Amino acid sequence: MQFLSQVLTNTEVSPGYFRMQMTAPPVVLDAVAGQFVMVKVRRAIDPLLRRPFGIYDMGTFITPYTDCGHQTFVEILYKVVGQGTAMLADLHQGDHLDIIAPLGKGFDLGEEGEEKILIGGGVGLAPLYLLAKELVKSHKVRLFAGGRSKEDVLCITEFERLGVETYVATDDGTLGDRGLVTQVMMKHLAAGGGPKRLYACGPFPMLRAVAGIAEEMQVDCQVSLEAFMACGMGACLGCVVKGVNHSVETPDYRCVCKDGPVFDSIDLSWD
Amino acid sequence: MIKPNMSVEIAGIKMRNPVMTASGTFGYGEEFSGYMNLESIGAMITKGLSLKPKAGNNTPRIVETPGGMLNAIGLQNVGIEAFIAKKLPFLRRVDTPVIVNLYGNSLEEYGELAARIDGIAEVAGVEVNISCPNVKQGGIVFGTDPAAAAQVVALVRRETSKPLIVKLSPNVTDITLMAKACVDAGAEALSLINTLTGMAIDLQSRRPVLANVTGGLSGPAIKPVALRMVWQVAKAVNVPIIGIGGIMNATDALEFILAGATAVQIGTANFLTPAASQEIAAGMQQWLTANRVGDIRELIGALKS
Repeated sequence: MQFLSQVLTNTEVSPGYFRMQMTAPPVVLDAVAGQFVMVKVRRAIDPLLRRPFGIYDMGTFITPYTDCGHQTFVEILYKVVGQGTAMLADLHQGDHLDIIAPLGKGFDLGEEGEEKILIGGGVGLAPLYLLAKELVKSHKVRLFAGGRSKEDVLCITEFERLGVETYVATDDGTLGDRGLVTQVMMKHLAAGGGPKRLYACGPFPMLRAVAGIAEEMQVDCQVSLEAFMACGMGACLGCVVKGVNHSVETPDYRCVCKDGPVFDSIDLSWD
Repeated sequence: MIKPNMSVEIAGIKMRNPVMTASGTFGYGEEFSGYMNLESIGAMITKGLSLKPKAGNNTPRIVETPGGMLNAIGLQNVGIEAFIAKKLPFLRRVDTPVIVNLYGNSLEEYGELAARIDGIAEVAGVEVNISCPNVKQGGIVFGTDPAAAAQVVALVRRETSKPLIVKLSPNVTDITLMAKACVDAGAEALSLINTLTGMAIDLQSRRPVLANVTGGLSGPAIKPVALRMVWQVAKAVNVPIIGIGGIMNATDALEFILAGATAVQIGTANFLTPAASQEIAAGMQQWLTANRVGDIRELIGALKS
């Protein structure tokens, strides 16, 4: 649904990374982890298009300022990468936003008794937090978080507060192990143990590596993709990715916005 | 107060108001049914349909530009047969005319498409997209050559008795020449403008942003060009014009009506506000009421000079 929202908080959690809480109608709580919101950052024709963000968190809090005594919110975690996100970073409490949410297909929580392994690269941690919140209710959850440097590893404390066991790797070694987070995750998988399920969100090369590991180790794996998109609802066909059966003769394009953003890694072509 | 008349007729298609949804921006209708009342607008135009399913271009396919966006989707679509089998059953239940947008890679394909759609009762009319290359004849775009465009239109005219709209490309020296050629060949209405060809470059990588290098510019950025072309064409031909190009609100839509359009199509705005077409139709009616205009048709081409 489309709704007008007000900014509740907009905080820089690390240089260039922000967390923003926004008011939302209660129906938004029907969203599942992995779904996303489309935000119009300004009531103007420039920038023209909405910006998609995975839902980082949502919930309600008690407030004297609404008729019913509580307020629903959605929260996003975003990185300033261009004009739209820079404008978003300039917003303050009380500023208005036009939002469409929830959109897309979220994560499948999988089977009972599985160890859930989350792999996030940089701002890709965003949709994994809401997922972790759901999973910790009845599963062992481990998070492997990666980034270029310690400033790019976000919200680790928040995951730990949920009871998630966290592992960190950075390219420059300023936090956790030096190297790729996928290698750290690989070591953990190789150590064996019970059934596992992987959930990954981050840069495409990281997702491709995770998908490759999942295939090799025969572990179920879901990935959440990011893409440029105009509409977020399957109309513009701007955000497509190639499905596993894709060829020139038998096109198999899937919309990140509608068929995803969460896909089973085996359903995509990783070439 | 009496409600103003909003209904108009295009090539025999009766519409409750002049607001249509532009091809390629409204999916196959169903995608938008959760966001708006599909029976609040004048007509829906499908995504462009080809004889065979079409994969479309590689990504990136879209990029935002100041006040607009470039797209090079490459006409990805399910093909005419899948449309009839899978998409039309939903549209059949909606009491709003459905116009199919058709495009071919050769003259023959246009003919086959028109013949195939002719017997489909639920289809209220045909909009022919001539802004695609003639693959068989060296890739010259039908829509930039008056003789080639006339050939396409005449063939489609022979193959179907459905109301026939031709969608014009703005990427020509004189759009009135194209307009006249299409009308002479049997077009009963003209819709304009399709997107303006443009490109975007990424300085750091020194590459074009779009995989296809060039793409079609749409959105508010093209509205002045579209208004000018609608105004020119409306003076040059005697068939109804459907104005398209960056319409974001009721004011924009009414400007096109003044310039000579009988109806309008909403395109890029659907991406920002899924209910844009419904809101624009309602806004136009409010403006008429507030300004004591009893009939939308009084405004068609009523631009003062």
